[in-house]
Amino acid sequence: MSGTSKKSKRSGDGQGGSTKASLTDAFDSDLYTNGKDLSGYNMSIAVGDEDEDMEDAGEINGRRLVAQYTATKDQLNEFAHGETEEADILMSREEKAQVASRETDYQRRRFDRNLSPTRDGDERSYKEIMKEREIEREEARVKRLIEERENKGSEVLDHVPTLKDGADGAVAVNGDREKTPPIDKQAARAARRKRRWDVADEKPAKAEEANGTAMEEDKPAEPAPKKSRWETGASAEPAAPTRSRWDTAAAPVAAPAGAAAPGGAPVPMPMTFGTDVSSRNAPLSDEMLDMMLPSEGYKILEPPPGYEPLRRPVGVPQLPENYGGFLIPEEGASSTLMGKQLPTEIPGVGDLQFFKTEDMKYFGKLVDGADEDEMTMEELKERKIMRLLLKVKNGTPPMRKTALRQLTDNARQFGAGPLFNQILPLLMERTLEDQERHLLVKVIDRILYKLDDLVRPYVHKILVVIEPLLIDQDYYARVEGREIISNLSKAAGLAHMISTMRPDLDHADEYVRNTTARAFAVVASALGIPALLPFLRAVCRSKKSWHARHTGVKIVQQIPILMGCAILPHLKGLVECIGENLNDEQPKVRMVTALALAALAEAATPYGIESFDDILNPLWTGARRQRGKALAAFLKAVGYIIPLMDEEYSNYYTSQIMESVIREFQSPDEEMKKVVLKVVSQCSGTAGVTRTYLKDNVLGEFFKHFWVRRMALDKRNYRQVVDTTVDLAQKAGVSEIVGRIVNNMKDESEAYRKMTVETIDKIISTLGAADVDQRLEEQLIDGVIVAFQDQTVEDPIVIDGFATVVNALGERAKPYLPQIVMIILNRLNNKAPTVRQQAADLISRITFVMSKCDEDPQLVKLGQALYEYLGEEYPEVLGSILGALRAIVTVVGLHAMVPPIKDLLPRLTPILRNRHEKVQENTIDLVGRIADRGPDFVNPREWMRICFELLEMLKAHKKGIRRAANNTFGYIAKAIGPQDVLATLLNNLRVQERQSRVCTAVAIGIVAETCAPFTVLPALMNEYRVPELNVQNGVLKALSFMFEYIGEVGKDYVYAVTPLLEDALIDRDQVHRQTAASVVKHLALGCVGLDVEDAMIHLLNLLWPNLFETSPHVIDRIIEAIEGVRNAVGTPLVMNYVWAGLFHPARKVRQPYWRLYNDAYVQSADAMVPVYPQFEEESIHRHELDIFI
Amino acid sequence: MADKLRAQQQLEALQSRFIGTGNADTTRFEWTSNIARDSIASYIGHPPMLQYMSIGLGQPKEKTRVQLIDRMIQPVGPPPPVCWVR
Repeated sequence: MSGTSKKSKRSGDGQGGSTKASLTDAFDSDLYTNGKDLSGYNMSIAVGDEDEDMEDAGEINGRRLVAQYTATKDQLNEFAHGETEEADILMSREEKAQVASRETDYQRRRFDRNLSPTRDGDERSYKEIMKEREIEREEARVKRLIEERENKGSEVLDHVPTLKDGADGAVAVNGDREKTPPIDKQAARAARRKRRWDVADEKPAKAEEANGTAMEEDKPAEPAPKKSRWETGASAEPAAPTRSRWDTAAAPVAAPAGAAAPGGAPVPMPMTFGTDVSSRNAPLSDEMLDMMLPSEGYKILEPPPGYEPLRRPVGVPQLPENYGGFLIPEEGASSTLMGKQLPTEIPGVGDLQFFKTEDMKYFGKLVDGADEDEMTMEELKERKIMRLLLKVKNGTPPMRKTALRQLTDNARQFGAGPLFNQILPLLMERTLEDQERHLLVKVIDRILYKLDDLVRPYVHKILVVIEPLLIDQDYYARVEGREIISNLSKAAGLAHMISTMRPDLDHADEYVRNTTARAFAVVASALGIPALLPFLRAVCRSKKSWHARHTGVKIVQQIPILMGCAILPHLKGLVECIGENLNDEQPKVRMVTALALAALAEAATPYGIESFDDILNPLWTGARRQRGKALAAFLKAVGYIIPLMDEEYSNYYTSQIMESVIREFQSPDEEMKKVVLKVVSQCSGTAGVTRTYLKDNVLGEFFKHFWVRRMALDKRNYRQVVDTTVDLAQKAGVSEIVGRIVNNMKDESEAYRKMTVETIDKIISTLGAADVDQRLEEQLIDGVIVAFQDQTVEDPIVIDGFATVVNALGERAKPYLPQIVMIILNRLNNKAPTVRQQAADLISRITFVMSKCDEDPQLVKLGQALYEYLGEEYPEVLGSILGALRAIVTVVGLHAMVPPIKDLLPRLTPILRNRHEKVQENTIDLVGRIADRGPDFVNPREWMRICFELLEMLKAHKKGIRRAANNTFGYIAKAIGPQDVLATLLNNLRVQERQSRVCTAVAIGIVAETCAPFTVLPALMNEYRVPELNVQNGVLKALSFMFEYIGEVGKDYVYAVTPLLEDALIDRDQVHRQTAASVVKHLALGCVGLDVEDAMIHLLNLLWPNLFETSPHVIDRIIEAIEGVRNAVGTPLVMNYVWAGLFHPARKVRQPYWRLYNDAYVQSADAMVPVYPQFEEESIHRHELDIFI
Repeated sequence: MADKLRAQQQLEALQSRFIGTGNADTTRFEWTSNIARDSIASYIGHPPMLQYMSIGLGQPKEKTRVQLIDRMIQPVGPPPPVCWVR
């Protein structure tokens, strides 16, 4: 290295000239004479903690010299670096949440697009944009050509540098020279020889280049910068004001369109001062190299063949917009780990939920601590928007809400520009997560409404950001995208949308075309198909580029996918629009046309065949002519059109096409397989296709090619084959199809067995087993038993199939039942819990058939076995066993049950304590059933014990369990009388847990309902005297449920409970009053028209002062109660109360009164007419009412 | 805050469905107009009522009906002049 030589040179100077000592020289010259050879010594100390040599010595022949008690460093670090590096769990979680991590490569191409500059009418005209697109296409074409050439290697002369001379080569190909500035041959040659250091830097050297052309290199002008031999030829390009397009041709695709626009002014990129590092990162110019390196001893090397420097267009910022510069991370490993270096609190924003590193790039400005007093209005506005966006994106839900509202309300004041300039770059961020994207999209949606036509200049920008949502995997993202685009098109208008999106229709990038087509379909659905149809017709017939035609047809394909049968009125227009493209010269256009026809036909089923009349012939003849993928598309279209036809036609057309369909059965192409399966299932569904036809022509081939083991392994094929087979069975008959596949249930491949069982399950459950003869019946049972016994993976499919077959056979299953019962009993004894569970599950599925076959003894046998297994320790299995017991009890009846109920129930009591949901559900079901049907089988003491256990059940998370427990309380109370149960329940009102108290209140309500209220009410009202708030509230709640359940019966108890309610309604505690109000509501609604107005008015008087409560729950209950009373006593009486406050001077008073007025108006406006106040003024007096006969 | 917002939205939705509903800012003019219109609609909607009024006025039912419908236009006179000065 030159470093060493320089060092020695400098040390020489030090000794000779000055008195300063060199740092590298030793003073003990007698020991370390400078002249001595020091090569054997260490001149420096190792940087790392341990000595490198020692490390080598540590492991000789791969083992340590000292005993080792831990894994070697190699082993420890094996997965820490490089290829095998394990992902950080936290990191990967974070990344998983990001939208980009789930995207396919195709979807990621959205990052290749860039936000186009704002399109104001005067800034860039439609014509300019179109021209630009054309240039982009040309670029892409030329690039492709160059690539092809290079790949072929036919014309690699001396690895022509691609920037300049590549263009030269391309010109030869292209043939239109006049647009390319002529290149001086000599200069070009010089360039090829000399310009090696920088190929990409035009800009810094440009000024010199202009001079350089005129001057000889050995006679430099004095003020002119020194010309060097490095760049003699660099002047090849004249500094013409217009840059040739070949300059831009070499720019990477990702370069902003603005920079690539010829003639158009480059887009001013908003950049904070000093952050544009592009000039610093630019390649070194020739002068710089000249100055840095000595002129002798160096050789300029040829770049190796195939080397192409990474170029960026000069002057384009290298970093994203609004990049805030590098931020020095805080020190300290722990703080880095905790992610604390990022602020969670931004001045003026408050505490955020999170703040990511990437956010700094966009919101860094907020923490720069600049003085807001010195800012201009615009800057303040920008910061305000920034703050609101940050709140929406990273804030807590309430923050988000208010911020979103502020953004919406002030959208017009902020203006479209400042808003979108901040929102859209955020949406292009790579690390965006679902939630953030959703929120930002929501912001756009809301402000679109407000901005309306102000969005026009930003339509394209918004589209660039939103279009990718249309091809997201997430359904809701797609819906959001659609909504935005549809709102956008409504705000901007059709003409503007068309002129904005037209240039993208024949964009060079397929991704752009695809997303634009989808967006256009959304526009069509928003503004109506007829409005767009003339435009579509023109696009589909475009002579200029097949890309446009392709995209046009694709739009037509997307419209039915989006709108479904809503296309029917415009079907003819749409088909006519694309009809001619079926014979397009481009195979891709033909293909997409066929797909579009398929989509149209699918959406139109079963109507609209007349619209397709014109294309039937080309489609069918085309289908015979095509091969490969195109054939798949044509067949798909055929398959979807056939179901629209009437009998005669469908018969004819099916026979026409079936030949190629059957031929394609053996195609290895997945897509083709899918299509032919679909076509077969659709054809078999039409009336014109007969059973004999299918049997003779289709079935043989079908089973030969699709019922093979391989098909069962791929999930998608599996589904398709099953569905198609079921469809075929509809026409061909059960025995025909089942007979062919029944033996597959004994196959060695489990997936294949499962596929067969599922198919048979579906066929038999829809068509029944009447068609199955004796022999097939045996095969079926035999097969299904084998499939059941041999399954290794727990899957409901096999059990479903088993149950379906046995249930469908009904009484014919009798001969097989003993065998099945034997198998089940055996398996109940199995070691593996899943096997036991499946056996129990199977019992619960077949008990019905067993009792139908008079196999009660067998059932009893099973019941006894299950009873013995109640000690099961796996909760899943126990749940299934309980379910099976319940099923047996249901069909056998409580009387005939063995073991008897009085033995069974005590065994269930401890199981009630089990916390597992499945167990709880099944036990409570069983216990409830026993309590309902045969409470006498058990003594009351046992029932009381169960009551106590049931109270625990009220805490369950699942609503079904709580409900079942409550109902069981009712049954038990009915069986043993309410007193004891009620005492238990009333005691339970004292517990702490709210849910438990609520459920207890419900249970009391139910007990009161089942045992008549008068048995419960005295005790309940007595309980209200307990001076404990919880208990009193519980009583009120129980009353509320009780009155809700008993309805009109409540009339008899009105006067009994009124004193209690009086007391409750004037209580200090507002929750108390709230609960009392809900009692009043149910009470009042129960006695509408039952003549208890006096009590109701009394309660209303007590309710009325509560009108001014502000807590939402309280006021809602109060209003509901008043409404209840209004229904009970009639609107006019209550309106007398309302008139008083409608025009009260205080708004706080007016508000609740108007709420009551509105409620009354909505529910009974007509009843208010007679009682509207009388006005004496002439103009507003209701004269009609003065008429008197 | 959130509740107020929701209440506001609900009120707007309600008002768009039922013109006759009001709020704390409803003016006397609006309210009386609504009362008049609702009353007239009610008279027309109850045929016996219409019959009674027609007999009292001594004219056919249909005529009364048309008269009543006509009266729905500015039932309490023109709106009060808008005053821009606060």
